[in-house]
Amino acid sequence: MTQLPPATSRQLGLVIDLDICVGCHACVIACKGWNTEYQNTPLSDADAYGAAPSGTFLNRVHSYEVQPENGAAQTVHFPRSCLHCQDAPCVTVCPTGASYKRREDGIVLVNEDTCIGCGLCAWACPYGAREMDALAGVMKKCTLCVDRIYNKNLPEEDREPACVRTCPAGARHFGDLGDPDSAVSRLVATRDGYDLMPEQATRPSNKYLPPRPKDTLGEVDVLAPFLEPATETPEGFLGWLDRALEAL
Amino acid sequence: MHPAPSVILFTVLSGFGLGLLIWLGLGYPGVTGWKTFIFYVLAYGLTLGGLLASSFHLGNRKNALKAFSQWRSSWLSREAWLVLLTLLVMGGHGFGVVFLASHIPPLGWLGAALALATVFATSMIYAQLKTVPRWNHWTTPALFVSLALTGGALLAGQAGAATVLLTLGSALQLLAWGLGDRRFALRGHTAETATGLGQIGQVRQLEPPHSSPNYLMKEMVFSVARKHSLKLRAIALLLMFVIPLLLLVLLPGGFWICGFAAVSFFVGTLVSRWLFFAEARHVVSLYYGDATPRQPGTGQTEPSP
Amino acid sequence: MQPTAETSPPVSEEIRKTTCYMCACRCGINVHMKNGKVAYIEGNRDHPVNKGVLCAKGSAGIMQHNAPARLRTPLKRIGPRGSGEFQEITWDEALDMATGWLAPLRAETPEKLAFFTGRDQSQSFTGYWAQQYGTPNYAAHGGFCSVNMATAGIYTMGGSFWEFGQPDWTHTKLLLLFGVAEDHDSNPIKIGLGQLKSRGGRLIGVNPIRSGYNAVADEWVGITPGTDGLFILAIVHELLRAGRIDLAYLTRFTNAPVLVNDDPTAPDYGLFLRDDDGKMLVIDRNSGKPAAYDTPGVRPDLAATHRQAGVTYRPVFQLLADRYLSDEYAPETVAETCGIPASRIRAIAAEIARVAFDEAFELEQEWTDFRGTTHRTMQGRPVSFHAMRGISAHANGFQTCRALHILQILLGSVEAPGGFRFKPPYPKPVEAHPKPHMGVTPNGPLNGPHLGFVRGPEDLLLRDDGSAARIDKAFTWENPLSSHGLMHMVICNAHAGDPYRIDTLFLYMANMAWNSSMDTTKVMQMLTDKDAAGEYVIPHIIYSDAYDSEMVAYADLILPDTTYLERYDCISLLDRPISEADAMGDAIRWPVVAPDRDVRPFQDVLVDLAVRLGLPGFTDDGGLPVYHDYADYITNHQRRPGIGPLAGWRGKDATLVGRGEPNPDQLTHYIDNGGFFEQPVPQEARYFKPWNTAYQDWAVEMGLSDNPQPYVFSLYSEILRKFQRAAQGHGDHQPPEHLRAQIIRAMDPLPLWYPAGQDSAQASEEFPVHALTQRPMAMYHSWGSQNAWLRQIHGVNPLYLPTKLWQENGFQPGDWARVTSANGSITVPVAHMAGLNPNTVWTWNAIGKRKGSWALSPDAPEATHGFLLNHLIGELLPAQGSEPRRPNADPVTGQAAWFDLKVKIEKADPPPEQAQPEFPPLRSQVGRGPQNLAWRVGK
Ligand SMILES: Nc1nc2c(c(=O)[nH]1)N[C@H]1C(S)=C(S)[C@@H](COP(=O)(O)OP(=O)(O)OC[C@H]3O[C@@H](n4cnc5c(=O)[nH]c(N)nc54)[C@H](O)[C@@H]3O)O[C@H]1N2
Ligand SMILES: Nc1nc2c(c(=O)[nH]1)N[C@H]1C(S)=C(S)[C@@H](COP(=O)(O)OP(=O)(O)OC[C@H]3O[C@@H](n4cnc5c(=O)[nH]c(N)nc54)[C@H](O)[C@@H]3O)O[C@H]1N2
Ligand code: SF4
Ligand code: SF4
Ligand code: SF4
Ligand code: SF4
Ligand code: SF4
Ligand SMILES: [Mo]
Repeated sequence: MTQLPPATSRQLGLVIDLDICVGCHACVIACKGWNTEYQNTPLSDADAYGAAPSGTFLNRVHSYEVQPENGAAQTVHFPRSCLHCQDAPCVTVCPTGASYKRREDGIVLVNEDTCIGCGLCAWACPYGAREMDALAGVMKKCTLCVDRIYNKNLPEEDREPACVRTCPAGARHFGDLGDPDSAVSRLVATRDGYDLMPEQATRPSNKYLPPRPKDTLGEVDVLAPFLEPATETPEGFLGWLDRALEAL
Repeated sequence: MHPAPSVILFTVLSGFGLGLLIWLGLGYPGVTGWKTFIFYVLAYGLTLGGLLASSFHLGNRKNALKAFSQWRSSWLSREAWLVLLTLLVMGGHGFGVVFLASHIPPLGWLGAALALATVFATSMIYAQLKTVPRWNHWTTPALFVSLALTGGALLAGQAGAATVLLTLGSALQLLAWGLGDRRFALRGHTAETATGLGQIGQVRQLEPPHSSPNYLMKEMVFSVARKHSLKLRAIALLLMFVIPLLLLVLLPGGFWICGFAAVSFFVGTLVSRWLFFAEARHVVSLYYGDATPRQPGTGQTEPSP
Repeated sequence: MQPTAETSPPVSEEIRKTTCYMCACRCGINVHMKNGKVAYIEGNRDHPVNKGVLCAKGSAGIMQHNAPARLRTPLKRIGPRGSGEFQEITWDEALDMATGWLAPLRAETPEKLAFFTGRDQSQSFTGYWAQQYGTPNYAAHGGFCSVNMATAGIYTMGGSFWEFGQPDWTHTKLLLLFGVAEDHDSNPIKIGLGQLKSRGGRLIGVNPIRSGYNAVADEWVGITPGTDGLFILAIVHELLRAGRIDLAYLTRFTNAPVLVNDDPTAPDYGLFLRDDDGKMLVIDRNSGKPAAYDTPGVRPDLAATHRQAGVTYRPVFQLLADRYLSDEYAPETVAETCGIPASRIRAIAAEIARVAFDEAFELEQEWTDFRGTTHRTMQGRPVSFHAMRGISAHANGFQTCRALHILQILLGSVEAPGGFRFKPPYPKPVEAHPKPHMGVTPNGPLNGPHLGFVRGPEDLLLRDDGSAARIDKAFTWENPLSSHGLMHMVICNAHAGDPYRIDTLFLYMANMAWNSSMDTTKVMQMLTDKDAAGEYVIPHIIYSDAYDSEMVAYADLILPDTTYLERYDCISLLDRPISEADAMGDAIRWPVVAPDRDVRPFQDVLVDLAVRLGLPGFTDDGGLPVYHDYADYITNHQRRPGIGPLAGWRGKDATLVGRGEPNPDQLTHYIDNGGFFEQPVPQEARYFKPWNTAYQDWAVEMGLSDNPQPYVFSLYSEILRKFQRAAQGHGDHQPPEHLRAQIIRAMDPLPLWYPAGQDSAQASEEFPVHALTQRPMAMYHSWGSQNAWLRQIHGVNPLYLPTKLWQENGFQPGDWARVTSANGSITVPVAHMAGLNPNTVWTWNAIGKRKGSWALSPDAPEATHGFLLNHLIGELLPAQGSEPRRPNADPVTGQAAWFDLKVKIEKADPPPEQAQPEFPPLRSQVGRGPQNLAWRVGK
């Protein structure tokens, strides 16, 4: 089903809070662990103990420095995985139909049984969300943990993506972004969640919440409220102390 | 983009083969019988050789037939159909020309159209990718088609047409480079839009997500030094256009001259195609931009241009 | 037609719940099993520490557990030390060998065994073993890790940050984080930060480097390393000047009102005025007369002075105000040294005060304090602090940690809602801890626990000739309060025979030949040095590791341990439990899989050895074993009657908590409960614990203490003053001359700041740049690199340079630098970081590996590009004149001053092929890992 479904009834995705992501890579490894054990074929690692180990990961965390016009450079940790785009270019380029977007929930998946490993979908994805598995020869990508979120063998509370479940800082949220009343949609609305590379017109489902403003105390603003000296009275510190103790 | 030998060979070889098929379909060179056989062998050899090369790019060849399924949306799938049809139709046509010494024009024209469409489809695999602004432009199919026609003309010994096509092609190539150089910036893709952090300020990668190489970096985060690429462009121009044109214009036209010109053109096209990939910057490189070199073999050794 | 995706694959056949040990945070894990093998690891949602989340290391545990670097069998050295030539032997041979070395020593000179246990989570057990053996030479890694933090906390307020306490994550509105990259409380801090920020609370990160937690900080204070003490005291200055302190709290719960002898000519100058019962005296505002500080109804007066027998006594608080109100601590004075503008220091002080007092709140919870006063509510102060090695691992770290505690105490936020809270069994005042012991009897146990808290010079562990009783020279005048021992000094002291030679060095879980040592190159040499007779200077080295680490090649006998999923462990309230502020808790690990190699849990091996050696406590009068293995010990050992390693399910019917006779089924209960036990602190006992009668009574009931032990915080430390006084010539116990000045300066009873070890003017000129390391969140010391998943994230560690140094030296990406300190030089790859103190460089800790170790290929990037700063860090400071070289350590505690390192940087042109220095490859004991991995247990 290389063609995109006209509209999906739900649009599941992730919301990533850059204000609290500490860059711990927990989501990276939880994803690796789950998908190594449960995806069609394991996420392999070539040259695992050698000079250039190179494995398949579906989620990776970058660290950037952002230099504002005034003030210190800010560090932002930035997780990056499939955004489950509504206009997913990776799907339409696929010659085999292996790449498809699910009608029922908008999840973009690869059917490993038909993938020829041509790599075109990875070329079409602006976000680097697809990685060809060197050993399996098929394309791998974030499945939004489709094998967890509906999994009847998991307790109800665990039916969420592995990366979301593990994130220690709570920087990852999962939900239906197609429903404006969902918790994630409300979060996106209140925190001004945004799309990555909007000019690519992929209409990503995943949203990013921007870091809150930083370094507002003192450095730039000389008018920041300072403490009034209270003890520098004629009676001095002891005088102040005596009065203060009396007031207790 | 990583200039993988398999894709370079595929596009150049099959471009030549299909280009030759176009001329054959149109009835050039105007010969029949066993003399033509060698042309068909050459055309089929090049096309199939290209296809074979391309299959090395596949991670999972056993599913290859599945590639025919998505012709409604996928250029790769369309290309697969078109090349198959081209080879069938031109096979029929060739059979007539070689064995029956009869040229059936409508069949030839159909074959030529299919071959042309195949080259076009191949080019569209690249041209459709918004993620690679350099490719995502009409000059990509124009150049692919023009180069295929030129190669075909040279192989088919059509010196006159080749001269015209070479002139046209050189202009197209220069245009493609010239326009292509600016397109990434024109499209407005920046590390700031990629991360959405432009509101705060200027974005620079501090630490890549992994110290060791991965598929993305090997496949898509490749850059050539500006100096280096200018040199290669000059070499490509020389081999693709200058030498063939000089040969064709200065020396009396003839089969061998065309042959020499074709070889020069072929090598030049390989260089141009190498640059086509190597100079193409994928937007995903923005996420790895200015990456700190971590260890040998990660591909990137200097900031992307 | 859309393909169908399998959305309900079977997940596992069984989940076994145990405790993670990819680091010391001790999170609960669900180990998913397939075909009897570990298939997948996730966090245990019910677990008090991690509440379901798991860090990268924890999830990668499966790769660690299956790592090709796992040792497989006991090994006996047959080639020269360091050659890595070993012979595989049986466990019987190994244990015979060890007994053959240890038994004769015990009969004559037990102190010639030095037993040091690195990243040990069973210290109450290993310490007990060493005590029964009878050597005074035992400690774990605390001395080079964070003893400043631990000790300053205990001596000031009866507990510290680190694992002993946490911010009140539910109520705090402003958190100041000093010098923390990751910490031991790894997941709880991340959970807490996420909650705090999601609630709209704010985080101020004080750290020269803006990464990790400091990246999400709302305010980043890029302080110059080693100057936090000044910054903190400048905030104190501002708060005092503005009178924005919690006087009620100070009078009630601290020694602020306690009267101090203020007569410089008096012999007791600086000591407290006490009554006949030894109780500290205050002036009661009701009567104007001295009264014991804990008298019911007393209203201690901070403003009074008192004269008695011709001596003037002033309350601690006045001495404190005198000191910190001085211009020495004004923001303008400290700004340049700290690298923080005065305006910013002021603004931060104002913000702290605003949140502490203007956003204060009260919890509707009645409680009664130790004087019998009942408080209707609990006064909240929603400002909290947390700090770790960034302030601890400096030579002025002890006093800096004290300063930070003083700051939070002045705000009245320690143990207040919204502030910093202890985790049971803390709080625990100095008096509730043992003193250190050194009494050796051949063939007998040590006369008490090795480590403890000295109360004065008389408690130091000095032999009659004044020399150190311990091989690491802990508890000597050089570092009187070295409560965790000094593991980093053991090898060099043993090598130098100072204070004496030892026979056997027994190490467990510590990579001393690599990343845990200062001056690694020299340590490797010390381990292989021979004396004139051709014998090794350290004759025997026994080592227990689970993996083929760098240290393995330097031992004579290797006792291969299991992985953390293959053994019992006990994370005990006698040691460092998993308690959270609202609950006491402890945990176990249990063998969720059986080892497939000839390895044994180290603790089982210790039990076995103890029996072979006939150690008391492990054998009965007939020499028969008391415990057949560690699990048996965990279940049946009693430290005091009714108190054992585990607090849950005690008593024959498993109904008792804390106190109760051993329960043979105790471990089964733990396993059934997910590997841990948790007992909530009663509501009324949750805050103000040191003074809260409900908490004190509960702690006694739970066996955390044997009687209520309320105490007040020590703004002023009389214990420190006792050492200072001795150095000024008072008393029977006198320090050596060359240490007097250092003791007088460093052991000030009120926190102060002095430049850290390598900040002398001369050194600063030659080596102007600070060099630091940080813990990467996705790696644990040296042992993460064998992990196929984690090493792809951190396979190399560039040295990050600030913009100024980057530009001055014309560095480009891909360049290398030569980095030189007083101790040596390294050449390493560099990278640029703008969010960095302009005078600081840093790298990730312990990524560099020695070639051939850890089952990695010799051309692994960890070995070719990775590097250690340790080569640059000496355990002694450069010579200053004719004085003996001083340790590169805090003079109070002996804490290794890793972060005092100063260097100079030059571009390395041309760059070397590999990071320098290079060492010959080690011979692998385990071969190489497989080329490719496609890990899948099921199917
Ligand atoms: N993932 C992971 N977790 C670990 C470990 C690990 O190896 N990996 N190791 C565990 C161990 S043993 C320990 S001891 C803890 C240590 O945990 P942390 O205390 O977080 O130790 P470090 O990573 O050494 O971080 C020290 C921090 O202090 C900063 N710093 C250095 N000097 C100064 C200074 O003068 N002032 C200030 N304000 N900051 C300064 C550094 O920039 C750095 O951010 O982590 C434990 N947790
Ligand atoms: N430059 C610099 N150096 C530092 C520091 C710094 O900040 N900067 N920090 C210092 C600090 S705070 C610390 S705590 C030390 C940490 O240093 P170490 O305590 O040496 O920690 P590791 O490198 O993890 O080494 C522990 C050893 O235990 C082994 N091991 C792992 N699991 C097991 C097991 O289950 N059983 C057994 N028997 N062995 C096992 C590992 O293989 C490894 O060889 O480093 C210190 N060194
Ligand atoms: S992020 Fe990439 S892979 Fe995912 S749907 Fe969008 S284009 Fe496709
Ligand atoms: S790699 Fe597989 S999924 Fe991707 S485009 Fe090719 S066939 Fe489709
Ligand atoms: S949703 Fe699942 S597959 Fe996608 S990144 Fe998270 S863990 Fe990986
Ligand atoms: S687990 Fe959470 S905090 Fe850690 S890197 Fe991923 S998103 Fe960020
Ligand atoms: S913090 Fe990570 S490695 Fe440490 S115990 Fe918890 S899960 Fe394990
Ligand atoms: Mo540590």
